[in-house]
Amino acid sequence: MSSSSLSVQGLAKRYGDFVALAPTDLVVADGEFLTLLGPSGSGKTTLLSLLAGLVPPDGGSVRIGSQDVTYAPPYERDIGVVFQNYALFPHMTIEENIAFPLKMRKVGAADAKRRAREALEMVHLPHIAGRYPRELSGGQQQRVALARCMVYKPSIILMDEPLGALDKKLREHMQLEIKRLHREMGTTVVYVTHDQEEAMTMSDRICLMNAGRIEQLGTPADLYFRPRSLFVADFLGESNILPAALRSRSGDEVEIGLGTQGIPGRALANGNDLPPGTEVRVMVRPQNLTVARGAGNAAGGLQGRVSEVMVTGSLTKVYMEPLDGKLPPLVAAFPTRNEADAVRIDDVLTLSWSGRDAVVIADAARAAGTA
Amino acid sequence: MTMTHAASAKRHSPPPAWRKPVLMGAPLVLLLVAFLVFPVGQLLALSVYNGQGFTLAPYAQLFASSLYVTVLWITLKISLATTLVAVVAAYPVAYLISIAKGPAKSRLIFWVLLSFWTSFLVRAFAWVVILGRNGVVNSTLMSLGIIDSPADLLYGFGAVLVGMVHAMLPLAVMTMLAVMENIDRTLPRAAGTLGAKPGTAFWTVYFPLSLPGVAASAIMVFVSAIGFFIVPALLGGRKETMITQLIIDQVQQTLNWGLAGAISVLLLTVVLVVFVLYDRVFGFASLTGESAVVRNRDTAMRRLGGRVLAALGSASDALIGLLPRRHPLRGRSEKPVALTAFVWLLLVLISLPAFLMIPLSVGKGGLAWPPSGFTLQWYQQLLDSPIWMQALWRSIVVAFGTGLLSMAIGVPAAFLMVRSRMRGKGAMLAFILSPIVVPRMIIAVGMFYVFAQMGLVGTILGLVIGHTVVAVPYVVMTMMAVLRNYDTRLDLAAQSLGARPLAALRHVTFPILGAGMLSSFLFAFATSFDELTISLFSSGGLSATLPKQFWDEVTLQVSPVIAAVSTGLLLFVATLIFVADRLRRRSLAG
Ligand SMILES: Nc1ncnc2c1ncn2[C@@H]1O[C@H](COP(=O)(O)OP(=O)(O)O)[C@@H](O)[C@H]1O
Ligand SMILES: [Mg+2]
Repeated sequence: MSSSSLSVQGLAKRYGDFVALAPTDLVVADGEFLTLLGPSGSGKTTLLSLLAGLVPPDGGSVRIGSQDVTYAPPYERDIGVVFQNYALFPHMTIEENIAFPLKMRKVGAADAKRRAREALEMVHLPHIAGRYPRELSGGQQQRVALARCMVYKPSIILMDEPLGALDKKLREHMQLEIKRLHREMGTTVVYVTHDQEEAMTMSDRICLMNAGRIEQLGTPADLYFRPRSLFVADFLGESNILPAALRSRSGDEVEIGLGTQGIPGRALANGNDLPPGTEVRVMVRPQNLTVARGAGNAAGGLQGRVSEVMVTGSLTKVYMEPLDGKLPPLVAAFPTRNEADAVRIDDVLTLSWSGRDAVVIADAARAAGTA
Repeated sequence: MTMTHAASAKRHSPPPAWRKPVLMGAPLVLLLVAFLVFPVGQLLALSVYNGQGFTLAPYAQLFASSLYVTVLWITLKISLATTLVAVVAAYPVAYLISIAKGPAKSRLIFWVLLSFWTSFLVRAFAWVVILGRNGVVNSTLMSLGIIDSPADLLYGFGAVLVGMVHAMLPLAVMTMLAVMENIDRTLPRAAGTLGAKPGTAFWTVYFPLSLPGVAASAIMVFVSAIGFFIVPALLGGRKETMITQLIIDQVQQTLNWGLAGAISVLLLTVVLVVFVLYDRVFGFASLTGESAVVRNRDTAMRRLGGRVLAALGSASDALIGLLPRRHPLRGRSEKPVALTAFVWLLLVLISLPAFLMIPLSVGKGGLAWPPSGFTLQWYQQLLDSPIWMQALWRSIVVAFGTGLLSMAIGVPAAFLMVRSRMRGKGAMLAFILSPIVVPRMIIAVGMFYVFAQMGLVGTILGLVIGHTVVAVPYVVMTMMAVLRNYDTRLDLAAQSLGARPLAALRHVTFPILGAGMLSSFLFAFATSFDELTISLFSSGGLSATLPKQFWDEVTLQVSPVIAAVSTGLLLFVATLIFVADRLRRRSLAG
């Protein structure tokens, strides 16, 4: 995991006046599983295509290993690409499809056949070698595309929303499968998805993109618990984002006052070094809020009136209108309880949290306004 | 498996972006400049330049008598009437094909294609036999005792109109179909769920969407008709002379190039005016089936159009309401019986004339109806005739050459048109399609003039070049349609798997596009095989192609050998379509 397998500097792409990818730096370590995550149109496919050499960049450089491949065509890069709709060749059998990259590399026919069979076994589809792509289900085609990409052991595999067309159950199964293959082969993988859960479960690191630039790059936990911007906080799952003012700092935690009443609380500073009095946002994930029934002990805690209760299997989600009308609606989640002491609509609840589970997000727009 | 240093070292700067498009587009552009723009320009120039200097004498001659203006007027009248009838008749056929499925659809398309590809000459000649004094109609009517002396059916406006409509109908259907196939089937059904009765749904939703197809087919038919001479020459009398026939006279008989040029200018002006009007209203994009969106027009016009269509809709619904109701719940899936019957009747009518050649070709009585006895002597004569056999051989060679050359320069151009994002693409496409727009007669005469200077008259090469100029737009159009349906990610996938561009073409692109390429090739082949106008002049006196030989025979002396040739051509075309369809299906089946 030490040496870099892929590195990108100042890589940029425009279509006419439209900036599809602003100058971007990115380093992917050897054997890493890196996910490009972001809403549709954020430039994920553009970045991936530049890595694969499918479109020429407008500036910057791409290195694979120690080679500058910025303008090298795809067939001269040591990569494999799994396309969103698989791009299996409709006029070739599955075996011919898988043997194709070997044939292009002048591997002998017998050897190619043997390796294609092995690749099919690896994706648990040894019996379909003679069929044509359209005779397979979506999940099978997906696995064939993987096998075709892995059979020649490229040093990097790029995947563009490979599971986008599959139903939920199959998608989850394939996620495990891809992880397993990644582990077994030790290849570097750059994986594109717009599904944050998929990104969280699969990645070593996530590169969250927005409007043609990298919004934040880090481990899933970094992005989930320590977002650097409102966009990141909002994109990865449900959250409570509350307006607050900084009071004082102690170590890496800060004291804050929430809303107009200055309800006291604590949060991680998250590297933000801001003076007391600064208006910021504080993010707490729903499952990190502790819920107590009634007005609680200390008057002035964060309180809300239950407006909706949703039981989603193992978790119960409670949506609340805060009693301080200036705060946005709140959501808390906890393990689903026995019906006897279930929360009901119009109950008043008091919420608390540990300082390690809340995080300060500098509010760029408001900070600029007060400066 | 890792890349070589050398390979990546030479790629430190981006390759020049202009090189590929130029290489792909240049051959076609050069061909058209040299053998379309230049010859037509020459011909037009001849109308104002008489070898010594500037002159307007040809135009003085043109307008001195009322002859030329009258002929122009007749030409317009025949072309417009042909367009109107052909488009109206083609609409139900194209509509039925577009909604048909599976084998029923293939059958319908087969019969339209058969007519489409059966030589214009064969079909026009068939009408001579049908409408002649001893022809099918007269003999039948007389044997039924309805008339007692043969009626003059040939050599009149009616005969010309019948022949012209018959010649143009398949073209009208095919052009319209291209647009209708792209109309979203669910829209009329959606209108139904929103409360529109079937008639209203058709006239207010489907019909407006199909209008670009109607317009496209109207203009294709009109432009082809205005430059046509086979039908008026064979079926028309003095009063149905069309303007192209005058050009032939000037070139072949009086050798008056100046006047030929002036008439060409006149004809070209009319066509250009029509095209400009068309572009104003519909836009050229609708011609290639690219978009079925009608541009915003004058709102008063639109409102009027909307009201007319709504009225038509209510009227049809009222008519449908009068019909006895069939099970209302099953009504939706019921087949359009009346429509199907009507379309098949029409298809039988347009196919029948050519099939009449079969009994005549084995009859003893010559070309009189009804045929009597059985003989193969006409086929024997045909096979024994060195003139016919050489013409056949020459046509095959020229058609093959045309197919290959058209593919070689047309396929890259089609790739360029579909895949690149270069500027001026619309203008280039218009230029590539211009051989369809310029009346064939003008191209042929201009080409003859230039070929004569280059010593290309009477050569195979000259014919191949000439036919390629008129065939290549069809190759580009069919290949564009094929390429638009092709998933370019397959190429990218091949490249990412290690295939170099040529290997990707060879192993992936071409095998998948194979059927489409074959049909493009056949399109070019058939265009050349049936081409008469260019061959009429440029094949020279002695080295005729099959259509030229056919034409000479028909205009000089009519013999039953013609029926034998016609039968041969018909069977040839039928086999071709059948084989092409088989190949297409096999490639679809993997
Ligand atoms: N070939 C192209 N021409 C013009 N714009 C493009 C092209 N490809 C992508 N774009 C634009 O670039 C932006 C980023 O696209 P893409 O990288 O495909 O996004 P993502 O994969 O994240 O959904 C989009 O707004 C898209 O419209
Ligand atoms: Mg994408």
